[in-house]
Amino acid sequence: MFIKLNVKWPAASWLLSFLIFLPLLAIVWQSFGHDEDVFAHLWQTVLPDYVLNTVMVVLGVAFLSMLIGVPMAWFIAMCNFPMRSFFIWAMLLPLAMPSYVVAFVYTDLLEYAGPVQGALREFFGWQSAVDYPFFDVRTIGGAIVMLTLVLYPYVYLLARTAFLEQSQTLAQSARMLGCSPWQSFKRVSFPLARPAIAVAVALVAMETLADFAVVHYFAVPTLTTAVYDTWLGYGSLAAAARLSALMLAMLFILISVERFGRSKQRHYQRTTGQEAINRYSLTGAKAFAVTMFCLIIFGLAFALPFFSLIGMAIDYFDESWNEQFFEYSYNSFMLASIVAVVCVIIGLLLSYFKRLSQGKYSGVPSKLASTGYALPGTVLAIGVLIPLSLFDHGLNSLWEYFEREGPGLILSGTLFAMIAGYVVRFSAIAIGSIESSLNKVTPSLDMVSMTLGMSPLKMLFKVHLPLVRKGCFAAALLVFIESMKELPAALLLRPFNYETLATYVYQFVSDEQLEHGALAAIVIVVVGLVPLIILNRSLEQQH
Amino acid sequence: MKSIIAALAGAMTLATSFAAVSSEQVNIYSYRQPFLIDPVVKKFTENTGIKVNVVFAKKGLAERLAREGKHTKADIVLTTDISRLMELEDKGLVQAVNSEIINKNIPTHLRDVENEWFALTTRVRNVFASKERITDTNISYEDLAGEAFKGKICTRSGKHPYNVALVASMIAHHGYEGAKTWLSGVKENLARKPQGNDRAQIKAVKEGQCDVALGNSYYFGKMVTDPKQKVAADAVNIVFPNQKNRGAHVNVSGMALTKFSHNKEAAIKLMEYLTGENAQNIYAQVNMEYPVNVAVKPSKLVASWGSFDADMLPMSKIASNRKLALKLLDEVKFDL
Repeated sequence: MFIKLNVKWPAASWLLSFLIFLPLLAIVWQSFGHDEDVFAHLWQTVLPDYVLNTVMVVLGVAFLSMLIGVPMAWFIAMCNFPMRSFFIWAMLLPLAMPSYVVAFVYTDLLEYAGPVQGALREFFGWQSAVDYPFFDVRTIGGAIVMLTLVLYPYVYLLARTAFLEQSQTLAQSARMLGCSPWQSFKRVSFPLARPAIAVAVALVAMETLADFAVVHYFAVPTLTTAVYDTWLGYGSLAAAARLSALMLAMLFILISVERFGRSKQRHYQRTTGQEAINRYSLTGAKAFAVTMFCLIIFGLAFALPFFSLIGMAIDYFDESWNEQFFEYSYNSFMLASIVAVVCVIIGLLLSYFKRLSQGKYSGVPSKLASTGYALPGTVLAIGVLIPLSLFDHGLNSLWEYFEREGPGLILSGTLFAMIAGYVVRFSAIAIGSIESSLNKVTPSLDMVSMTLGMSPLKMLFKVHLPLVRKGCFAAALLVFIESMKELPAALLLRPFNYETLATYVYQFVSDEQLEHGALAAIVIVVVGLVPLIILNRSLEQQH
Repeated sequence: MKSIIAALAGAMTLATSFAAVSSEQVNIYSYRQPFLIDPVVKKFTENTGIKVNVVFAKKGLAERLAREGKHTKADIVLTTDISRLMELEDKGLVQAVNSEIINKNIPTHLRDVENEWFALTTRVRNVFASKERITDTNISYEDLAGEAFKGKICTRSGKHPYNVALVASMIAHHGYEGAKTWLSGVKENLARKPQGNDRAQIKAVKEGQCDVALGNSYYFGKMVTDPKQKVAADAVNIVFPNQKNRGAHVNVSGMALTKFSHNKEAAIKLMEYLTGENAQNIYAQVNMEYPVNVAVKPSKLVASWGSFDADMLPMSKIASNRKLALKLLDEVKFDL
């Protein structure tokens, strides 16, 4: 690129990413503290098992999500088959399901004392577990499946956006040159969509790495479990911070491997978004298979858990109903909206800077700002509290120096802390999604604009923003939904008397009494559905 | 830009003034679920007009309190086990309360020597035994490691505070090595990998997956009164272990006043109220726990389980063995 940036852009980008990185820095700083040999003790006892579990769960979920998400995205974007128009938006719905709810519902259904096994025993006259084989849902495999069910929509959404944004001339050329649907997928669509898919899989991997609720519920100890054990059990933040650093290292390895794999590839497309798509028409067995595939995934990931929730809500309506639902919903909605907007602005700024700057390290800010995603919520919350309370204490000391009563904890004790925590955690989603959209805009557009004398800011608004608005919108949506569901950070950072739907539901989940919070869980899902439908409309209108 | 800063500053002063001005309120950091304390707190507000605000989290509140230092708004911390109370004391996050009312209401062995923490309720770590398959209910914790229970025990994660406390008490009684032999024996006897909560273990006994389960007394009480869970509860006998020797292991839920409480007077009023007959009665009737106030009787249901001998090991002993217990659980890979 041949653009000379004035100092404002780099300064703003570096400062912003530094601020977002600050909580992680605080954690890393903690890890140099004395840990009373807790880490060594863990290493000698359970840590190797934990690491192995973690690797298996992360790889399993990433692989399975890709296996489900990519073909589904391609079928829905490029083929015609029965119920396609329903699946377009229906396959996104599981995103609105909190993973802890799905895990709870399935355990309830499938555990030994649950209705499925109970009915089987009744029907076949079996007496106990030794009489018949049945898979145990609380295993690594179970955790992988549960997490995949709620996370595959990332892959589906980003891959579908990528397929739709692909220039249709390429697909048409492939057809004219005699490619079968499979060949056109393998040779054209998939390689072109690879950056977006990579981003999605990285997001899925990070989300899995940070998950505590599901693995804890399924009694599969992972590194996240170890972080909690060491910090809250042994009381050693230093050892917990070291473990978190270990998790971050795993993450960097994952991302680097992928980056290395496509470092030689560059694809740009010119698409106006106005081209009509000629979809392959599937018929007969193929159409049936594809429809069934989508139907089964939809049923497992959304319909079944959702209707179980409704069943619980009906059975326990009196315990479930709470007049403050509207207040909680409003809190959740506002918080998620603010966080979504902030994250998208951050994502745009950082990925745009990365694109324009010629510096060797111009990609660093966006990477720094993405790291918060892989940290377990509680650890992140403490990471956020460290710099914020330092600031607050400093400010109050200053006030006291002038012999006036200080303003109290204006950052760490208010909603600001919560928003900051969410932004640190979810910036990665926005950055990843916007970056992959921006990468598809050909650089010649930048050159033309610059030649015509546009300033970088004007170019952003006039040229890039219109081209990547779908990516921005997808980013905002994902951040919104994640914020609706986010839990551990919310619990720890919220001010007094501030309840969101998720924190309200959690008090019941934590007691394994989801029945009593079922109604609120339904509201979380329903509130999450609204932006999903809006997003989907805007994606579809173009095509 | 200037207007934004002005607006922000305005909002902040507004927010902080709200918090600072109204003196008649108490702020609680609670490790206990809100629905357990709401009924008590509501009564307190009705009686005194003092508003009570709560933040509930299962993890990290002590860390948050430490981080906030003298600017914290929290006045009281409510916990669900003894170790957390001692941890608050060790970190210097709480202060002594010298109230005649509290001292009168709570027996000496259920409060800190320096009055820095107080128990509010006690709960027993019971064994729940299948009515069908276990006839001799004279069971000790030590028995659980024996041949007779091979493949017959269900429990939640060993790392849960309730189990950690039990293991800590075993270390106090048998020494580290003795407790290790015992814990390995129990692990060998497990019917399945530790999972679920205390209620889930009782359900598993009902379904025949195991014959005995570890669990807290009040969970059983709550199950008996829940129409859907009663079936499972009816399939087991509640057993108070070690009645032939030292008595059953007991843990407490409790409270402490934060070191930098800004509403000390109102906070102490609430603490006194929590130990009084009204509140203790709610704890007993609604939560099926054992009240600490001797003037208050356990609920009818709880009383029907009969009286029992409790292990008189000092609470501080359990708390001081906690880290050793965690190490032990790691060493025998109890949860894996």
